[in-house]
Amino acid sequence: MAGEDVIISVRGVRNAFGEQVVHEGLDLDVRRGEILGVVGGSGTGKSVLMRSIIGLQTPDTGSIEVFGEPMIGRTDAETVDVRRRWGVLFQGGALFSTLTVAENVEVPLREYYPALGETLLDEIASYKIVMAGLPRDAAPKFPSELSGGMKKRAGLARSLALDPELLFLDEPTAGLDPIGAAAFDALIRSLKETLGLTVFLITHDLDTLYAICDRVAVLADRKVVAVGTIPELLALDHPWIREYFNGPRGRAAAGAAEREDAGQPGA
Amino acid sequence: MNAPAAFTVDDGTLRFSGAMTLARIGDLPTRLDRIVEAPRAVDLSGVERMDTVGAWMIHRLVRDHDVRVEGASKDAQRLLEQVGKLDSPLQMRPEATPSFFRVTGQIGAAAVQAGRTLHGLLGFFGDIVISTFGMLTHPERIRWRAISRQFEVVGVEALGIIGLMSFLIGVVIAQQGAVQLRQFGAEVFAINLIGRITLRELGVLMTAIMVAGRSGSAFAAQIGSMKLAEEVDAMRTIGVSPMEALVMPRVIATVILMPLLGFYSSLIAIVGGGLFSWLSLDIPPITFVSRIREVVPITDLWVGLLKAPVFGVIIAMAGCFQGMQVEGNAEQVGLRTTAAVVQSIFLVIVLDAFFAVFYSAIGWV
Repeated sequence: MAGEDVIISVRGVRNAFGEQVVHEGLDLDVRRGEILGVVGGSGTGKSVLMRSIIGLQTPDTGSIEVFGEPMIGRTDAETVDVRRRWGVLFQGGALFSTLTVAENVEVPLREYYPALGETLLDEIASYKIVMAGLPRDAAPKFPSELSGGMKKRAGLARSLALDPELLFLDEPTAGLDPIGAAAFDALIRSLKETLGLTVFLITHDLDTLYAICDRVAVLADRKVVAVGTIPELLALDHPWIREYFNGPRGRAAAGAAEREDAGQPGA
Repeated sequence: MNAPAAFTVDDGTLRFSGAMTLARIGDLPTRLDRIVEAPRAVDLSGVERMDTVGAWMIHRLVRDHDVRVEGASKDAQRLLEQVGKLDSPLQMRPEATPSFFRVTGQIGAAAVQAGRTLHGLLGFFGDIVISTFGMLTHPERIRWRAISRQFEVVGVEALGIIGLMSFLIGVVIAQQGAVQLRQFGAEVFAINLIGRITLRELGVLMTAIMVAGRSGSAFAAQIGSMKLAEEVDAMRTIGVSPMEALVMPRVIATVILMPLLGFYSSLIAIVGGGLFSWLSLDIPPITFVSRIREVVPITDLWVGLLKAPVFGVIIAMAGCFQGMQVEGNAEQVGLRTTAAVVQSIFLVIVLDAFFAVFYSAIGWV
């Protein structure tokens, strides 16, 4: 594996809350330009892993490198150049409730690039809002006036504000209706192709896994037990993975993905 | 490899170079705006990298001056196309209303809101009265466990902080009273001040404020988050009345505990004042106690104790009412909790004034 192409490298990470050990000796690599899906049962620490990588949670031991820069034990000021190269979409969107959608999108721009003029800021925010698939009248609205799906799209617009190379998505399709979820999947896929993003995607949604993920990492037994494409994972003999992908929902999602591929050759 | 974005003007052609990315764009937008002569073509062959912000700058030129784009790499071409599709003028800010209409609108909304709250509070008080009768006629519906739990939370756990507060208030009254009365050589009258003001007013009033801050807010927050989590709705569907399960235990506990806490507070304040008088004014405790017994009429005790349960109803009612009003999001819980405390303290002080007039009218002065 060429070191150049690994964007996130997690080695031997241990996370524990009191007596409860969430991660123990966890290793994971995310390669440039891929959509890596992270799955695992409830309580296996998917979100904790994401929070460790983006620096919201300090692991007890282990090392984490993003863009080749070590992230653990360094101050915010030291990692600012790394942090402005990624965008994070939290589960509920995590929009700032006192700001409008447009102002939310402008926050990271103002923070990192105070020299940009007001007109340019508004223009950048406006095309990011359209890019995230929000309706035209969403920009002046406050988060409390938006539906759950629109909040996620607004959160996505904010996470894309700095033209990141790396995008963290925490359950982007949770709580969306199937049509909205499929549209969100398509949006992420097309953004990845247009902007050349690398995506770290936590999900429970089997359809999302089949539709857009290049590789899938499975969290179980406090570590990443397997990483690979879905066919590769299915070839393994791990009980949880088998149950996950071969359960009724897993088979339905696989069937849907096959029909989609057959219907749109070359898509 | 990452040179900052730059451009040169060459006979109507803008030649861009470097990295056309957000991180490296610097003041290029302002310099572009300063170009006087409208360009005819844009040359991108010197551009190393481009992101959507860089593409947007080029797109703006194409849109505003109808220029040709030359030498764009495949990636740049695709980005330009994508960004072009995203260009649609949006309204970015909420529409501003003239300040006259905004202010009058706010005043109107506040008046309507105040009316609704008063109406709601009255209705809620009615609910409490009905539930009380229901419980009196069907004593098996009284939730003793919930009530005793509230006793512990509202009463027992508040003893420490109310005691400390009252003790300090007693010391302050003694000290301030003594300083003023010393001018007339009447320091000993500080004892009258301590005994009467704590029993009549401060003991119960300060306790009410403390209980409103400690328990009224907790009622609003607890019931509010239960409403958010649809626990209250679940109770209703199962057939449990939220009034009986959530509100009444809190009201009963607060009504019974307010006189007890108020009496305790008055006593501790008198102890604080007595201790200060002993240490600082050289009045021995025995003199202090006999003096208190001489100058404080028993009606002072009734004055304090009789209004305490009324304050208790107000505090519990405002807290539970605001909690039941929570709808929508977590922000509401915070707003409603604040409203509960402000409302109950306000109502307590208004009622205290009424009580003062009432007591003097019936001769309990």
